[in-house]
Amino acid sequence: MNSERKAAYALVAPAVFIVAVFVLSPIVQAFINSLYRDTPFSPKTFIGLDNYRTLFSDSVATGTIEFTLIFVIVSTALEILIGLGLALVIHEHFKGRGLVRAAVLIPWAIPTVVAGVMWKYMLNDQYGFVNLVFYGSNVANYVAWLASEWSARMAIIGADVWKTSSFAALLILAGLQSIPEDLYEAARIDGANAVKRFFRITLPLLKPAILLALLFRMMDAFRVFALVYVMTQGAPGGSTNVLQYYGYQKMFPEQQFGYGSAVSVLVFVMIAIVATILIRTVRTRIYES
Amino acid sequence: MRRVVFTIVIVAVVLFSIGPFMWILNTSLKSPQTIAERPPTIIPDLQTEFFAAAVDEHNFMRYVGNSAIVAGLTTLLAVLVGTLAAYPLARLRMPWRRGILSLVLAASMFPQIAIVGGVYRLLLKLGLLNTHPGLVLPYTALTLPLAIWILTSFFKEIPSDLEDSARVDGCGPLATMWRIFVPVAAPAVFTTAILVFIYAWNEFFFALLIMTDPAVQTLPVGIAKFPGEYMVPWGELAAAAVIATIPLVVLVLVLQRRIISGLTAGAVKG
Repeated sequence: MNSERKAAYALVAPAVFIVAVFVLSPIVQAFINSLYRDTPFSPKTFIGLDNYRTLFSDSVATGTIEFTLIFVIVSTALEILIGLGLALVIHEHFKGRGLVRAAVLIPWAIPTVVAGVMWKYMLNDQYGFVNLVFYGSNVANYVAWLASEWSARMAIIGADVWKTSSFAALLILAGLQSIPEDLYEAARIDGANAVKRFFRITLPLLKPAILLALLFRMMDAFRVFALVYVMTQGAPGGSTNVLQYYGYQKMFPEQQFGYGSAVSVLVFVMIAIVATILIRTVRTRIYES
Repeated sequence: MRRVVFTIVIVAVVLFSIGPFMWILNTSLKSPQTIAERPPTIIPDLQTEFFAAAVDEHNFMRYVGNSAIVAGLTTLLAVLVGTLAAYPLARLRMPWRRGILSLVLAASMFPQIAIVGGVYRLLLKLGLLNTHPGLVLPYTALTLPLAIWILTSFFKEIPSDLEDSARVDGCGPLATMWRIFVPVAAPAVFTTAILVFIYAWNEFFFALLIMTDPAVQTLPVGIAKFPGEYMVPWGELAAAAVIATIPLVVLVLVLQRRIISGLTAGAVKG
């Protein structure tokens, strides 16, 4: 028994060590650093919660928080809707389903940086496919989509929805596969049509899977960075700036280590709230089953 | 009628999924003359000049090599360390089991921005900035939760009589793991390896901050920082994007089933 326990600890130790050194300890440091003014130009000084006061009063920072929240809410909502649609399609039996499933996986597999480059080019004001679709050969009307506030915001959200809906689709597909076929049979015998079957059987039984996909996607949406870096760098006028990009700007190019840490703690707290809800949901699911 | 509608839906799904990639592939196969045409032409003239330029002038294969090294080493390390940890977490009686598992899971949810400061300073101290291990170590830490999650849920499913008979034969926990679990778990280990590889191949945030020297940069950084301050060289960039994506498209086409089962492993088992 004792030797089993020793072996268990020895086997887990390397993993715990790596995670502790490269994930847990840096998080603790971020919390501590957020209480200091830490720039290359002045000595490191303890300033309490001043960084957080700036974070919630500075207009650039609050604008960034606002767009981050818009981004998280709109993109996750769309991803769940489109993911549900995709999941319903790839759940059906048809010839070539494997290939269609592979196609659906492609956006998930493509590096986010490449997805950003692709969409930047799709939206290009000279050679973009989107302009070709809207204005055809009327090149004088071609629009610089990423140059104005709302279309740039929509572009970032759209690119994220394209990239990550397939992940939501897979989680929902797993939920669909767990619904027993005979439920549908019974409903069919009772004369329920497809629409009724969807709202009375599919949707209620999918609720846990949809919730899981929603929370996973939300946590990830708070971490959006690469799309913003590649497509807009926060422009025009900071309208597409998001917290992770803002924190990066402060911490690295501007070398405001303490303030940047405060930004990162805010992202951490936002995600922690979503994660807590997620863990609670998953737990109740285990107890139910 | 129903069949026609369904076919249209399928075509729409496929176009939505691969359309943007087809457009960048199309662009990469144009010649410098056709790429500048307005309105853009739909049919490429199937030239490979941009690929040649990306490889020769921009030395793009260097990024491919760096990505292969970093993603390969990360996969090896994460799968090895993850398998070692997942076995006791799934099968052995140990105190703190649940605590360790939840801590590791929580680690996967942390935002990169909250970690990168500490990681950067640590790597600076160790002299590992701008080195391959400097990226492999944090990537391993970030992918271990996924590896442990998939492997633990898989190890739990293995019937315990296999284990018992090994015990009767006098195998200790280590020998049981090595002789019984690792061979049975080969498919799960493989699935984990694919997902870790894709993560490391695609990761951008840490790569951007840790690898500032172009000689060691990985593909996503190479693409994001593609030269051209004022005029974006779209043709070369499109070719580079295609080069970075092709290995992933192949992986997805060949291993679609495995990837889907790996990604949903956690979700299905709750």
